[in-house]
Amino acid sequence: MVRATHWVTTLACVALLVSGVELVISHPRFYWGENGNVLTPALFSFPIPSSRATVPTGYGYVLPDQNGWSRYLHFEAAWILVLIGGLYLVFGLVSGHFRKGLFPRAADRSWSAVSRSLRDHLRLTRPEEEEAWSYNVLQRLTYLGVVFVVFPLFIWTGLAMSPAVTAAMPTVVTVFGGRQSARTLHFLLTLLLVLFVLIHVGMVWLAGFRRRVTAMITGNASGHRKSV
Amino acid sequence: MSEISRRQLITRGLAAAAGLSGLAVADHIADRYGLFPPDGGGVYGPGETLTYAVHRILTQHSFAREFSRGQISNPPFANETAPPTDAFKRFEADGFRDWKLSVDGLVGRSTTLSMDDVKRLPARSQITQVVCEEGWSYVAEWIGTPLVEVLNIAGLLPQARYVVYFSIEPDTWESIDMADALHQQTLVTYAMNDADLPVPFGGPLRLRVPRQLGYKSVKYLTRVTVTDNLKRFGKGLGSASADAGYAWYAGI
Repeated sequence: MVRATHWVTTLACVALLVSGVELVISHPRFYWGENGNVLTPALFSFPIPSSRATVPTGYGYVLPDQNGWSRYLHFEAAWILVLIGGLYLVFGLVSGHFRKGLFPRAADRSWSAVSRSLRDHLRLTRPEEEEAWSYNVLQRLTYLGVVFVVFPLFIWTGLAMSPAVTAAMPTVVTVFGGRQSARTLHFLLTLLLVLFVLIHVGMVWLAGFRRRVTAMITGNASGHRKSV
Repeated sequence: MSEISRRQLITRGLAAAAGLSGLAVADHIADRYGLFPPDGGGVYGPGETLTYAVHRILTQHSFAREFSRGQISNPPFANETAPPTDAFKRFEADGFRDWKLSVDGLVGRSTTLSMDDVKRLPARSQITQVVCEEGWSYVAEWIGTPLVEVLNIAGLLPQARYVVYFSIEPDTWESIDMADALHQQTLVTYAMNDADLPVPFGGPLRLRVPRQLGYKSVKYLTRVTVTDNLKRFGKGLGSASADAGYAWYAGI
């Protein structure tokens, strides 16, 4: 179940990223607070061509508008993510996956254990074979952060951009100081998640890509005597 | 091993069957309570239907956020519109004195209102945000009469399910369900920030639907028609935006 939800989530995230990039292209400017448009100063912006003529980009051309399908895809993928995320949460709680697999082991719940693991990582010390088939403390903390902080914030900042949802629950957006703040945070979370994925895939690569990915798909940690 | 995989097979089969029948039940309920958007078919249909159905169950009666006078954007941002047609320019030349709003379809009697008729209806002022699907936004004060006042003059028939509304510009029309059509904030707007509604912002008349994205707020409103079936309009997807590949429901 953990494996199935992982790969569905991966597909949904790819769809969200591709469509999200298209949406940014229609207005590659970010603001803070309640309002922002081409008449107000941007917090930051990207020097890329836009799919809208109203955005002053300095380029002499306008990209084709891809927002129609991008928006449809973005929200459908978001639903898949939310539904599969709910399934993962229920399963993680019931099966003990969170307790046993994600929360740091009792022995690791100290700053010294975390800094030791950090030191090992920075020195690129290869873990013992036995240890390498379970998550180490840094991995556990990172995964917990992604599952319980980054993804919920993604959904939250996304909902904060909905005029109907914020009509029913204004606090969803006012806690961020306004709609444009929510949009900017939604974008910054994307950068954070992309960074996580790059490191995540990089680590899998270092640990032996084929064997690890086979294990992530089939659940069969071949070459290792105990199934994880 | 075969024992376990058989048991797994049965459990999974049952789970799948339960899931499918759950979907079938949901489908039936959604259809019965009008929770299917007109663009609810195709690959993106499930996502659109989920969004629309959930919003109709949870946010049907809620009010879009209103802001204080101090939060009004100065200057507001007028999004680009196609160059005005000759028909529009003729009305503009004499200050929109002859601009008309017609109401027809599933109403007791079709009627045509002048600008003065519209302005004589109960007025409402609201400071709401215009939210564009592209990502930008601004806040302005909008003054007009709730669409429901206009509809009441013509007399809504009980079969009414959607209100379709048209701009004088070609291929510019949208529709909303009765939850939005009867909503107090859905405003036939003729003034903005204490002056007549400027042309770049949709003057002389714009239908503001603040619980949805900006593209549902059609500029240069000339006609409102009440229907029970959106199949008869355009490609049958409910709006010019949906015909062009954008979602019909824009509450996100």
